[in-house]
Amino acid sequence: MGIGIIALVFVGLVVVVLAWVAGAYNGLVRLRNQLENAWAQIDVQLKRRHDLIPNLVETVKGYATHERETFEKVIQARNMAVSAKTVGDRAEAENVLTGTLKSLFAVAEAYPELKANQEFMRLQEELSSTENKVAFARQFYNDSVMTYNTHIEVFPMNFIATMFNFGRREFFEVKAEDEREAPQVKF
Amino acid sequence: MWEQIIANRRRSALLITGMAVILLLIGFTGGELLAPNAGVLGLLFALLLWGGMMLAYFTSAESILMAGAYARELKREDSPQLFNIVDEMCLASGLGFMPRIYLIDDPAPNAFAVGRKPETSSITVTTGLMYRLNRDELQGVIAHEIGHLKNRDVQFMTLAAVMLGSIVILSEIVRRSLWYGGRGRSRSDSRDGKDGGQAQAIILVVGLLFAILGPIMAQLLYFACSRKREYLADASGAQFTRYPEGLASALEKISQAHVPLSFASKATAPMFIVNPLTAASEDGDESDSVFSSHPPTSQRIKILRAMTGASFTDYEAAWRKAKCGSLIGAQTLQSAPTEPIRAPSNEGPIQSRQDAHDVARRASGYMRLKCNCGLEISVPEGYEQDSIRCIRCGSILPIPSAGEGEAPAEPRRPDSAVPPVIPLAPLQFHRTSTGWESFRCACGRTVQLSPAFDAPQIRCTACGRTIEVT
Repeated sequence: MGIGIIALVFVGLVVVVLAWVAGAYNGLVRLRNQLENAWAQIDVQLKRRHDLIPNLVETVKGYATHERETFEKVIQARNMAVSAKTVGDRAEAENVLTGTLKSLFAVAEAYPELKANQEFMRLQEELSSTENKVAFARQFYNDSVMTYNTHIEVFPMNFIATMFNFGRREFFEVKAEDEREAPQVKF
Repeated sequence: MWEQIIANRRRSALLITGMAVILLLIGFTGGELLAPNAGVLGLLFALLLWGGMMLAYFTSAESILMAGAYARELKREDSPQLFNIVDEMCLASGLGFMPRIYLIDDPAPNAFAVGRKPETSSITVTTGLMYRLNRDELQGVIAHEIGHLKNRDVQFMTLAAVMLGSIVILSEIVRRSLWYGGRGRSRSDSRDGKDGGQAQAIILVVGLLFAILGPIMAQLLYFACSRKREYLADASGAQFTRYPEGLASALEKISQAHVPLSFASKATAPMFIVNPLTAASEDGDESDSVFSSHPPTSQRIKILRAMTGASFTDYEAAWRKAKCGSLIGAQTLQSAPTEPIRAPSNEGPIQSRQDAHDVARRASGYMRLKCNCGLEISVPEGYEQDSIRCIRCGSILPIPSAGEGEAPAEPRRPDSAVPPVIPLAPLQFHRTSTGWESFRCACGRTVQLSPAFDAPQIRCTACGRTIEVT
């Protein structure tokens, strides 16, 4: 009877450990899916921003007909952002796009009729809120990465993580544009 | 983050377990008192009662609060800025679904969130909130409400409320049956012997004590739960916005408004961001009693303003300075290291007072008519006349019947002859691509056509000229 009890306890322990492993694995899967969903959300917001820009340029063109350079820069930057592939390229392209948009809005400052235009105001609000949404989507993505990375590195979990190949993920870093631009000398 | 919910539940689970213990104790001793060795039956009865109430809750309609408050659901075009703010907070919290948004036309600033399931969750704000708070503050309030949705506070507090209700009912039953049945029993038992009578008396006293104190203790636990969840929602709000000062100054403005909310009652008070029943009184929401559903507002503001960063860890640090014990579970803190506070946005309120009322009226089905003198008139649904007089210039405006859509009517001047309007020939525009296109009207305005636009004509918003699109 002694062996019977020991065997029972052993089986019980194995069941408990397996249940824990299953639970931990599921937890990691859930976190990873949340991460990927967060990344997709950033995509959605960035795409929305790309879609708003041609409209904006058209509206401004109607009033500020001589600022062709600015318009071309914006459209170019937008196309670059749409076609960028890797995470690093995308972050950089989006940064450049933000810079060109700033100069476009600076141009718009000089045309009071444009500023009063309903369509322009609507687009400005839409763009500014899209910028906010990109920022928040990025914030949530980074929060998720932090949670996920912490989770796979703490003590009992790191075994499960290595066993099932859950790797660290990187943050969506955005460096300030000033750091990256080389000083330009104009004569 | 499901992690947060679990970590926070650990603390709240203790409180709920306390309530469950009280429920079962009352059931057990009540059963014992009514008939010897019927303690287990009493326990089962308590569980059945609780189960029955849970069932009743889950199968009931959710709209009781909303119906009483004349809340109107908003569509995105009614208030795009409000929808944008909610969008932003949904993204920042990773909520996963967009709650419905309701507006109540009331000058008292307040907000609440309800939702048993994601599909039926909703956030309600009052017009008073919309025009008093600037964008950062409104964002903070919405973040707090979304924090409630994210932490599943509504389900949690309902669970606690059902427990409290069961405890109250159960103790009522025990008390009444003791009162009417106890006296008869003690007379018959005393024939068995003096010892039996004494033991009975002790159990009687203990049982009565449970039956009387049980509900009070349960209430204490319930309100402790409610207060903890409010603090947690504050912490979540600060984490999502990365700007705790927004929520802090919003709470300050709300508590200083001193305007009573017309439709709140004791039952619905816990769901609001600031207790609406006490907010209107002179000293605001400073009730520190153990029976208040919300923590004192000054305390909440103090903790938010003491934060040196914007994450859960920073809230926890500020909390520990102000109170003893801890609020947030270790697992959550682990994955929420300190975050820098972002800069304020310096944007003003999203609607002026008049605009906020207009949004509410439009959502209630009011029609907007524009008179020639520039005044916009809101006509309520169900207005029976077919014309209305402009109060500024006296012109009579015909009211378009339902089905004509939003076309503004041509005002008739009562005395002078109206020159006949010769309609200009419609302009023609031929679409060349399936993407965005713009067209310059004769008046100078640019008209944008989206890829989804497929009507045969469009009207220029500036001059009213018809443009045919082919």
